[in-house]
Amino acid sequence: MRIPILRLDRILLVSIQEDLTDDEAMQFQSDLVNRVAEVEALGVAVDITALDVVDSYMARVINDTASMVRLLGAEVVICGIQPFVAMTLIEMGRDLIGADCAFNLEQGLEMLRARIVHRGDTRFTGDEDD
Amino acid sequence: MTEPRPPARFAIGNSSDIVTARQAARALSAHLGFGKAHQTRLATAVSELTRNVIQYAGEGSCLIEDLSDDQERVIRISIEDHGPGIPNLPLAMEDGFSTSGGLGAGLPGARRLVDDFHVSSAPGLTRVVIAIRKPA
Repeated sequence: MRIPILRLDRILLVSIQEDLTDDEAMQFQSDLVNRVAEVEALGVAVDITALDVVDSYMARVINDTASMVRLLGAEVVICGIQPFVAMTLIEMGRDLIGADCAFNLEQGLEMLRARIVHRGDTRFTGDEDD
Repeated sequence: MTEPRPPARFAIGNSSDIVTARQAARALSAHLGFGKAHQTRLATAVSELTRNVIQYAGEGSCLIEDLSDDQERVIRISIEDHGPGIPNLPLAMEDGFSTSGGLGAGLPGARRLVDDFHVSSAPGLTRVVIAIRKPA
């Protein structure tokens, strides 16, 4: 199964809708990083509302993916971690998720927009004519 | 009370077996009335431990048992492999220790997620037995 990566202008949206195997998680990582480079995305929102298990492996894949995407030059927000998933991650060990998080996709997109504006990038905000 | 479910044994040999085992553990805990937080903890612990099997031994098995009685709901899960064993068990139970480049959250992390946790390991047989319980 490939996870669809949607493009909204210079923002990429990914919603993980199914419990991923390790191989699928690695595939997702490489697909997303390649796509970010290809479209020179300014921001990426990864929605994991549907994930009911995030173990240390998946947490590492999410963290690594976020770091890779940032290295390329894009901002990343992880959206919609379930409360019981958050509890489990913290109980297992601190710092399993180091990326920035938001309650839902909508807030995640706002956060991305604010970040992109903050770093002075007008390509996304559409203020080129100012 | 309802009749206990028959035990289910899953072969663990690749990463999709991890998903199958953790989903089965979650399904049984939901069936027995454990809350979402317990279901998630158990499924996550099974995920960590079955991944260890693949990573360190290549293959093994995961046995899921419903040991509930009139007083208590109990799920016991035994994860076994015939790999080289854990050379230094006390060290492997420490946070952040990993021989595989992982986060080192596997064993100590899984221990914190369940009510009972027992691990025994020697070359040729490593067995981790975990359980969650709640009053019936």
